[in-house]
Amino acid sequence: MVTVKELSDNLSLEILTTCDEIDRPVTGGYCSDLLSWVMGRASEGDAWITVMGNINSIAVAVLADISCIILADSSALDEEAKNRAEQQNVIILRSELDQFTLCNKIGELLGV
Amino acid sequence: MPEKITLKYAVDGDDFTKAGLASSDLKHTLKQIGYDPGFIRRVAIAVYEGEINMVIHAGGGEITADIAPDKVEVWLADSGPGIPNVELAMREGYSTAPIDVHELGFGAGMGLPNIKKYTDDLQIDTTVGVGTTVYMLINNN
Repeated sequence: MVTVKELSDNLSLEILTTCDEIDRPVTGGYCSDLLSWVMGRASEGDAWITVMGNINSIAVAVLADISCIILADSSALDEEAKNRAEQQNVIILRSELDQFTLCNKIGELLGV
Repeated sequence: MPEKITLKYAVDGDDFTKAGLASSDLKHTLKQIGYDPGFIRRVAIAVYEGEINMVIHAGGGEITADIAPDKVEVWLADSGPGIPNVELAMREGYSTAPIDVHELGFGAGMGLPNIKKYTDDLQIDTTVGVGTTVYMLINNN
């Protein structure tokens, strides 16, 4: 079982929000920038790989019960989104890698 | 819990920073009552999609949720433009959302299909120029 912290350490991810979900298990992954696709298809506990760092992403993360948001390609996180994420205990990480490379590496770590 | 709890939320139109607050609050309430997480997730996703639709298309509206031990029923009522072709709106990928909301990650044409996927009953009562009421039932099996 891989936790958000282990994922973060292994992939040298930047931790953008302060919250206590860092030891939550990551049970899978889902990659999309369209919010309704994530809502409809991501599974509970997935790491969500995206470039959408706006406030609506936080709502999706909370409602779909994903384990963490990973922003790819060094994409930006709005200040408003950061504040909402911390209020709602959503952990957001960031990588310089593009989505394809990031997904590949996460897949290796998760053994999928 | 009592036999039934009714919650009402006013949804602001065109305010994407507040979109999702009603469904988040409903989710929180269901969690406090102690429902199964899978059931809560289904309700939360379906109501969020309905809430977003009201913000994008209808200038807001009102959500009423009846919470009972064995089911949650939700009515999302708006006075927006109505849906001219419900069959088309139900089709995955079909969207009439304005282009500016695409930049926010919306407009994938998956809203109503997602609601259908996660609910046990979905009914859309709509009149062009008058408004739309979406009814959804989620059974707690």
